[in-house]
Amino acid sequence: MSDFLRSYLTVGIFGLIGVALVGVFLGLGKILRPNKPTLAKTEAYESGVEPTGDMWSQANIRYYVFALLFVMFDVEAVFIFPWATRLEAYGTFGLIEMAIFIFILLLGLLYAWRKGVLKWA
Amino acid sequence: MILAELALTSPYYLVLSALLFATGATGLLIRRNPLVMFMCVELMLNGVNISFVAFGADLNDVGGQISVFFVLVVAAVEVVVGLALVVAINRRRSDATADDVSLLRG
Amino acid sequence: MIAQLDSTVARPEITWDGLLPILTLGVGALLLVLFRSLMKQLPKAAADQAVPVIGGVTVIAMWVVGGFAGTDVPLAGLRDGLGDPVFFLGLLIMVGLGGWFAQYLRLSVDAALTVMIGLTSLAATWGVWTDRYEIDGAFGLVGDQLGADGFSLVITGVIASAIVLVALLLDDYLEREGMAGADMYVLMLFSGAGGAVMASANDLIVLFLALETLSIAVYVMAAMHMRRSESQEAGLKYFVLGAFSSAFLLYGIALTYGAVGSTNLIVIADFLEQNRLVEDGLLMAGMAMLLVGLGFKVAAAPFHAWTPDVYQGAPTPVVAFMASAVKAAGFAALVRVFVTTFADHADDWQPAVYALAILTLVVGSFMAIVQRDAKRMLAYSSISHAGFILVGVQAASNEGVSSVLFYAVAYTFLVIGSFGVLSIVSGEGDRGTSLDHLDGLSTRRPALALALTVFLLAQAGVPLTSGFVAKFAVIGAAVEARSYWLAIAAMVTAVVSAFLYLRIILSMYLGQAEDDAPTIRVPRAAGLAIIVALVITVGFGLVPGELDDITRDAIPVLIAAG
Repeated sequence: MSDFLRSYLTVGIFGLIGVALVGVFLGLGKILRPNKPTLAKTEAYESGVEPTGDMWSQANIRYYVFALLFVMFDVEAVFIFPWATRLEAYGTFGLIEMAIFIFILLLGLLYAWRKGVLKWA
Repeated sequence: MILAELALTSPYYLVLSALLFATGATGLLIRRNPLVMFMCVELMLNGVNISFVAFGADLNDVGGQISVFFVLVVAAVEVVVGLALVVAINRRRSDATADDVSLLRG
Repeated sequence: MIAQLDSTVARPEITWDGLLPILTLGVGALLLVLFRSLMKQLPKAAADQAVPVIGGVTVIAMWVVGGFAGTDVPLAGLRDGLGDPVFFLGLLIMVGLGGWFAQYLRLSVDAALTVMIGLTSLAATWGVWTDRYEIDGAFGLVGDQLGADGFSLVITGVIASAIVLVALLLDDYLEREGMAGADMYVLMLFSGAGGAVMASANDLIVLFLALETLSIAVYVMAAMHMRRSESQEAGLKYFVLGAFSSAFLLYGIALTYGAVGSTNLIVIADFLEQNRLVEDGLLMAGMAMLLVGLGFKVAAAPFHAWTPDVYQGAPTPVVAFMASAVKAAGFAALVRVFVTTFADHADDWQPAVYALAILTLVVGSFMAIVQRDAKRMLAYSSISHAGFILVGVQAASNEGVSSVLFYAVAYTFLVIGSFGVLSIVSGEGDRGTSLDHLDGLSTRRPALALALTVFLLAQAGVPLTSGFVAKFAVIGAAVEARSYWLAIAAMVTAVVSAFLYLRIILSMYLGQAEDDAPTIRVPRAAGLAIIVALVITVGFGLVPGELDDITRDAIPVLIAAG
């Protein structure tokens, strides 16, 4: 096996462990839990939305605010990954830089929270 | 004066990038649904990203790929602001297409 | 196996003192967010006491930050003055006067803080100019990704002044429209910080990021009026066309990167100086895309279509900010990228800018005549002013750059004054912006009518105002560059737009106000902003020497990457 493929072996093992773990825990749950199905319990769970009906049903507009906040913070992570790979090289300077970056992001979240954006009602 | 010629090995990537950019630009001009228009903006920006990566590979320069990070974030921020505007308009009216938004003459 | 990477990475050199003008705006905005998150509601009594305190703190902050920005030891004055009672007396009186004045203006806390941040940034800009730039010349900031040269400092100063004046206008406007809160001020400060970075950018990617910071904040500002549909519509339109133009700008950056191999402005300039590209198609396409992208931002015809709609719909003080700071930053980028970086390809881009300038001048002045709404009319007039500034850009010379700067400075105060008067006159909900509402303003509010008259005369380029000197400088630069037809076109369209300004002035003085016209209340803060704009407009018209010297010293240079 070439070196290139062997380095992917780690990924493969990682994936297998992941699948196995999930399988084990789901299996354990199946064995241990009592099984008393009711109508509501057997329905597919979709974040509290009615799972059946027209495909083009309108999503509640309140989801958007959360989605927007999620997209923001999700994408900012793109800067954190490359930084994390070289953290040792950047030393204290890099740590302070990232602290400032995250502080600014948190400030946005704090403001959103205090504005009451995060409340569902 | 030195005559410089950059040997581009990746014309296909550049053509793809130009096509995506043109598709996005055309879509932005002819579609009327704000959400589709935002998608077209994304298409334009990501078309440019392909150019950046292709050039970066050609020039053997990491700068092209780094630029893509920044563009990705800017694209996300633009869409967030755009969607927030649509949500704000939607709270006042039932549906929003760019044709309904025509109080201003011109 | 993880490869052993080199253990340390060189820390970029951050020149803190030179960065202070920009830092003040950006950190100021962040602190305002923090403050407003922690203190959502300020009790009325506390708010009343906070404002005079902010006034006093402003005086001290201007003094300290201005000192830090220069090479002087910031507290040297304090150290030398220790034990000198006159010094402390003077300081006390200054702080007291600042506090009293802030209270007299009846500002809200948010507006007072914004004014403070703007003034402090202005003082820092002044400190960098007198103590660093005039002595050492231009220098790099943040690992030479930004450069502090005279050009960027003047534009930063313009943006900081615009923030101060617009904050004064916004205070009463937000109160009147029931939008009181810190949001607008924070957005304006972020936008201003973006504009300042844009003016000092030394790399195309930094320029793009700064432009987005500037624009995205302004999209939201334009749409902030939740109860006026026009405002949200303006925000959406501005957003869609702005995003469209940024994509063009970005494609231009990518193509330039592909042609030259770097996004750093000085690397590009050096490369183009030493090499002649065999196939310059990529570079030409890149330059064209960059021109389109920046042309949208400065509202040059044929990329001007958004301007009238957005200016009419957006809240009036926000329009003042868009027409002053945003436009100045856009032209700063245009000058830095084209005149300075692509200097060796001037033959290629000059004809394009020539055509843009003529088209912009003609569209701006002729379309303005047929408008019935004062804000739309001023929007077209701002397009024609953009045409004048393009005339200076087209010259591609040091004279041209100086005239662009002079025009940008003069126009900033002109346009803030004009829209400031309109914002007061139009009344609640920005309803009274039609030209009819200006009829007989001289009998209702003679002082406002006089102020608007001066601003309009200055926009027309009447002598003894800054507008005249600015137009003169721009046309002079065009003649120097042998663009005679462009100079003639500029003069002809100046006469055409003079008609339109005269029409407004006549209707203000000769028209009859409707009997049931509501009384116009002039808030103190907005009044102060208009007076400041008026004094500067007339002052630079009577004694242009000082500003002329500054703009001649402020030629953009590119900082070599260290």
